[in-house]
Amino acid sequence: MIVAKKKPIEEIIDMVKDYPKLLILGCNECVTVCEAGGKKEVAVLASALRMYFMNQGKDVKIDEVTLERQCDREYLEEVRKTIDRYDAVLSLACGVGVQFMAETYMRTPVLPGVDTCFMGVTEERGVWTERCQGCGQCVLAWTAGICPVSRCAKRLFNGPCGGSTKGKCEIHKELDCGWQLIINRLTELGRLDDYEKLMPIKDWSTERAGGPRKVVREDVRS
Amino acid sequence: MRLQYPSAVRIILLPCTGKVDLIHLLRAFEKGADGVCVVGCMEGACQFNSGNLRARKRVMQAQEILEKIGIGGERVQMYNLSSSEAPRFVQIAEEMTGKILSLGPNPIKRAAKKKAA
Repeated sequence: MIVAKKKPIEEIIDMVKDYPKLLILGCNECVTVCEAGGKKEVAVLASALRMYFMNQGKDVKIDEVTLERQCDREYLEEVRKTIDRYDAVLSLACGVGVQFMAETYMRTPVLPGVDTCFMGVTEERGVWTERCQGCGQCVLAWTAGICPVSRCAKRLFNGPCGGSTKGKCEIHKELDCGWQLIINRLTELGRLDDYEKLMPIKDWSTERAGGPRKVVREDVRS
Repeated sequence: MRLQYPSAVRIILLPCTGKVDLIHLLRAFEKGADGVCVVGCMEGACQFNSGNLRARKRVMQAQEILEKIGIGGERVQMYNLSSSEAPRFVQIAEEMTGKILSLGPNPIKRAAKKKAA
């Protein structure tokens, strides 16, 4: 899933202070799971903002809606009839949702309520870690299912660097060395021979280096 | 025992403090409560294992938010006691009431009054 974290409320207040009629728009997908922008977080933020502005003696109207997703047009259409009632939308979806909302409703300012962080997993409740950087050319088959792009700080492809010490990365003593994890798992799988194979230079044009990306599937395209 | 506690305290019964969500605490203040006191079982004695521990975290979240928006984080507190400690409950109710009296009414109500005047 896409992992996001809540923006500090002071930052949100500063963003929305000039919009007396505000819609807080949550998303039922990834940001709900990482407890940053689901229905509950929408309700909490709306209540906090209402109280803040009431305390300031300002008249504000803050409404709450949570869509199934903000990265699909059909769900964004659900607010078309009501969007003109608001001066701005504070979207608690990831950066994808915020942008798609902004593209769909050109005349309404759409503001981000969360900081989008990475594609990752829930290690335990309250702890999320990165697993994929969407490089566009998956190598997990050759690296024991552990990604050298997202788990190695230097994104190395042929083993650890000199900064790997006792299985930890030099950038942080609690961070596992991605390549140590790969070697450990290759050993468990009895496939350490894979480690000896030299990886060719990666084509980074499928990653961000190639500019904004696009996937087109003619077979399913409508 | 028939002990008396301050009449300003309104009791809301819940099966477990684990039922208290952050939004319940915030809504109480939005509707004008001057203070909220969450009274749960002793830590380690929750029938549902972690209900009171979860409640404590939510109270801490509420305190942080209320502090940042100018309502005052100390207006919401968590206490733990066992169900047989009626005198302790009275002590908590009095302590909380005293604290809220010294803090004054919910600033939202003051702001609304000022605006109406």
